Amino acid sequence: MKIEGRALCLGLDIDTDVIIAGRYLRTKDRSEWARHAFEDLDPSLAQRLEGTVIIAGKNFGCGSSREQAAIALKEAGVRGVIAPSFARIFFRNAINIGLPVIECECTCSDNEAVSADPGTGAVTIGTHTYHTRPLSPRMLEILSAGGLVAYWRGRR
Amino acid sequence: MAATLVEKIFSRRCGHPVRAGDVIMAPVDCAMIHDITGPLAVQKFREMGGKRVFDPEKIVLLFDHQIPADSLPAAENHVFMRRFAVEQNIHNLDIKEGICHQVVMERGRAGPGEIVVGADSHTCMYGAAGAFSTGIGSTDMGFVLKFGALYFRVPTTIRLEIEGAFCPRVGPKDLILAIAGEIGADGANYQALEFAGGTIETMDMAGRMTCCNMAVEMGAKAGIVPPDGITWEYLRARRQVNPFTLSSDRDAEFTSVHRFDAERLSPKVAVPHNVDQVVDVEKVAGTSIDQVFIGSCTNGRFEDLREAAEVLGNRSFHASVRVLVIPASRLEYLKALRAGLIEQFVAAGALVEAPCCGPCMGGAFGLLAPGEVSLSTSNRNFRGRQGSAESLVYLCSPATAAASAIRGEITDPREV
Repeated sequence: MKIEGRALCLGLDIDTDVIIAGRYLRTKDRSEWARHAFEDLDPSLAQRLEGTVIIAGKNFGCGSSREQAAIALKEAGVRGVIAPSFARIFFRNAINIGLPVIECECTCSDNEAVSADPGTGAVTIGTHTYHTRPLSPRMLEILSAGGLVAYWRGRR
Repeated sequence: MAATLVEKIFSRRCGHPVRAGDVIMAPVDCAMIHDITGPLAVQKFREMGGKRVFDPEKIVLLFDHQIPADSLPAAENHVFMRRFAVEQNIHNLDIKEGICHQVVMERGRAGPGEIVVGADSHTCMYGAAGAFSTGIGSTDMGFVLKFGALYFRVPTTIRLEIEGAFCPRVGPKDLILAIAGEIGADGANYQALEFAGGTIETMDMAGRMTCCNMAVEMGAKAGIVPPDGITWEYLRARRQVNPFTLSSDRDAEFTSVHRFDAERLSPKVAVPHNVDQVVDVEKVAGTSIDQVFIGSCTNGRFEDLREAAEVLGNRSFHASVRVLVIPASRLEYLKALRAGLIEQFVAAGALVEAPCCGPCMGGAFGLLAPGEVSLSTSNRNFRGRQGSAESLVYLCSPATAAASAIRGEITDPREV
């Protein structure tokens, strides 16, 4: 599988409260989560997420276990997240809902073209290609199916 | 072969020896869901074809984040979960008992050697009872509700050895903030944090809960204290127990070992917006505050309220500060009530609220306006955590919170 999009560069320790604030967790409406993604970081960001690949610093998705954070990004059209490290619950949630995540330390500028393959670990940003550890075959299968629910249904 | 405490728990529950790094399917002894992450977990359970939960007796279901229902969507979530409880024959504790983590502990639903999961990141608190407990997302919880088991990667362990007695008005919260400052916000990512040493061995369960609760603030999958006499005594009052020994082997392999001297600790404060940005209270003393929150799963127990009340004495809180006191559970509330602490807080000018998460998650009441500053005994100071993205949250112990609430500015509790 391959993910492609334009780079959106974010900082270190992006927590799940910043991805989707607690005040929006009452609803079960996914589009509501997408509309308010990153609101406390930059209220205009949510409208610019469609077609992006987030390139972030270490410990992306730290904090709360709220799966709504990963869903908000996917629903807003984020194609994937690339960071040197992820908080473990977010990483697992992302795979479970079918949002590609790749562990890779890279530098970027906003809007550079990004192309990445979680299966090979190759990440190209602009003209530079990085090689990182690919996801495990099981994780790739879950991602390709679109998440754990679809993966599990397909295996029944 | 030498094994860590966590490796032993997974080996015991899987029925064969496992090592850190192994990916295994392990049975779950207890699963906790609440009003915020529960509805999504139930939806996932159904999408996976779930008809009956694996075992209604092994599920703790309650509401604590947005209670009493603070909005129509919250009320609808509660109704949705109530119907699920009735349909599945799960005992629903509803809005009546308090914060999920405190309730799991005080009902003895987590014990030594058990594997417990919760759809909430602070589930790691039950390591205080010698359980391996960890927070999971809603899809994983949907899977657990159906199968009663989950895939885990057995984590490596970082061992923390803490020796010495705390100085007056310094305690477990200052210790865990100091540890977070040293380990860092992701320093224990994917690992377990094992708390050991003389300070932990003499620490009461409330203090152990405070420490294990914040393991996730370092990225840890679990925090754990080797069960001992204090653990078994706590559990004996809550369930049937058959004490056994469970600890890491002396030559077990740890990623690293960190040593802390409790005697040399001073009161700590985590400054906005990261839990690992920890300073001595002197560094931020004098910072003006608008709200003080004493409560949460981290520091809302009777012992925490007593610590705050001891600092308070018969004084009043500063006129410029709003003080919210929220006991962690109904039972902790009753203890505080009977000991006269609630009267003391109310007389001093505090608002005492019914047991719940309160302003901790910024999803209910007690929110901060732009520019406002909160001093909080909870666990996270992320941007926007307790309201506006332009507000500031500082984290501290109950003693520091009380001292600061008296003066109206961040204050060293040893000075009042």
